[in-house]
Amino acid sequence: MSDRETWRRRPTRRLRALLERGRRLVRRRFGRRYRSNGNIRLGGAIVCLLAIVAVVGPMLSPYDPTAQALERRLAGPSLAHPLGTDALGRDVATRLVYGARISLALAVGATLVRLVVGTAIGLLAATGSRLVDAALMRLVDVQLAFPGLVLALVIAGTLGPSVRNVVIALSAVGWASYARVVRSSVLAVKDRPFVESARLCGTPRRRIVTRHLLPNVASPVLVLATLNLGTVVLAAAGLSFLGLGAQPPTAEWGTMIADGRNYLRSAPWLITAPGVAIAVTVIGFNVLGDGLRDVLDPDHVDDADRRRT
Amino acid sequence: MIRALLARLGSLAAVMATVSFVTFGFVSLTPGDPAHTILREQRQSPPSEREVAAFRAEHGFDEPFVVRYFSWLGDAVRGDLGTSYYQSEPVTSLLVEHLPNTLELALAATAVALVVAVPLGVVSAVHHETWIDRTGQIAALVGVSMPNFWLGYLLILVCSLRLGVTPVSGAGTLSHLVLPAITLGTGMAAVITRLVRTSMLEVLEAEYVTAARSKGVRERLVVYKHALRNALVPVVTIVGLQFGFVLNGAVVVEVVFQRPGLGTLLVDAIFARDYPIVQGVVLVTAFAFVVTNQLVDLAYVALDPRIERGGGGDDRR
Repeated sequence: MSDRETWRRRPTRRLRALLERGRRLVRRRFGRRYRSNGNIRLGGAIVCLLAIVAVVGPMLSPYDPTAQALERRLAGPSLAHPLGTDALGRDVATRLVYGARISLALAVGATLVRLVVGTAIGLLAATGSRLVDAALMRLVDVQLAFPGLVLALVIAGTLGPSVRNVVIALSAVGWASYARVVRSSVLAVKDRPFVESARLCGTPRRRIVTRHLLPNVASPVLVLATLNLGTVVLAAAGLSFLGLGAQPPTAEWGTMIADGRNYLRSAPWLITAPGVAIAVTVIGFNVLGDGLRDVLDPDHVDDADRRRT
Repeated sequence: MIRALLARLGSLAAVMATVSFVTFGFVSLTPGDPAHTILREQRQSPPSEREVAAFRAEHGFDEPFVVRYFSWLGDAVRGDLGTSYYQSEPVTSLLVEHLPNTLELALAATAVALVVAVPLGVVSAVHHETWIDRTGQIAALVGVSMPNFWLGYLLILVCSLRLGVTPVSGAGTLSHLVLPAITLGTGMAAVITRLVRTSMLEVLEAEYVTAARSKGVRERLVVYKHALRNALVPVVTIVGLQFGFVLNGAVVVEVVFQRPGLGTLLVDAIFARDYPIVQGVVLVTAFAFVVTNQLVDLAYVALDPRIERGGGGDDRR
């Protein structure tokens, strides 16, 4: 039975097989190395902790993140409000925890779009004709030759401020480095004997791409994506801070800093808490990404690309 | 060499053409009728049909998109970027007015970054895998992971509000420049520190360094004369490339410190839907970015004799 038929008849089994293959791949690739790498353990721990906080935290908090309670506004840290309350009497800790949801969801969302679009374009460039390759790579050059956040700002601003538009804006300006990495990795293996022999055996093109080429780009793309998650968190917080992201009263880290800046002197905890949250999140992703790179991509050159947004 | 230069100029023109098209297209194709929105915001009441029609005619909204783009591009090449919808001032003169502040900030931030990063990177590399190195690495990690607008407020809180040494916001004097430059320079410093460290570590392994050591050159001289000069070549590239991110970051930092500059101009224009200004700022920023990238490439060729002179370079790296 061909792949396509199985897919049509038993989608769940096919999906499960795919997941299993992915799991085996991951296990084979890291093995023991990833557990003995301190960066991966530390970064992974931070990221897991954040994910748990984002999922479970809101259920534990007794407060509503958006309901105002003016009688207890601008209260300093106390037992009832460990991180104090803001100008509208809302519990900062609660808002922080809800903000983690938005930041993480947004980071994962934008990074996934970047990854999928960039990988598709990189694959197309590497396997297509010279003309296609040249055209797509010029497009990549244009994007890399451009201050990304400025363009993201314009896109988010013209589409109108919202979390969805931040994802669109940050995806539109960040796929090029993936395309470049995927293209060069595919070019590096495209003419190797194992691909050649698969082709000579009459393996369909699609299967060569999914079975032989894509697994070889997985490592660099995974590293890039992990480091990218941190960049996206920073950029998204910046856009929200400028008022182009999540809108009040939504609890979002960048917006919380923007709200808190008017009370710098009287209530410094208002900007401290969300700032630390952003920094810790980004540190988590950066450390994890560095660790993954040590294990997966030992001979990489420099980190010029990491601060591109 | 001349052919290579011409090829560079060609690709520069192509990039600028695409960028201008994307910016113009994006801003022009936004949902909703800008004429209507702008007039309603100006008058605080729904405008009449005649007012809308007059506004559309004045700003050329009635022409087809392609005609508008080319007439805008033609004017832009001649230095005319249109007129602001609100301030009825030519965009070019607004840009000329705001650009120096942003450039000043960008240069100051770069200076701060270099002054911090180069010594830190060298010391980290020389004391490889000691507590000095580890502290430097952690500092760099924190620096690169901090949101710069947050750092800005922390600095305001400590230096301006608590200690009262620096003004909170504004521009003009040197004391107005200190905090924004530190805020903007920190992220850059973190990246450069890492690079200087890796680059130094590599160079310190090189044969000519071993040779210098074995002939009895003092260690201090080996590090600062033989190694550092060679290690700085890649740093030039990064400083140039980082210039683009400085422009990125300047937007946010200018808002934090309420400095008049391209960033504040852009953000205000975006919220006001003043599209000629938005297009102008994006175009100028992109131009600055692209030109610095090209200059960096040229500087690289001039600095490092090992690099072959040729057009473009192999992008299969």
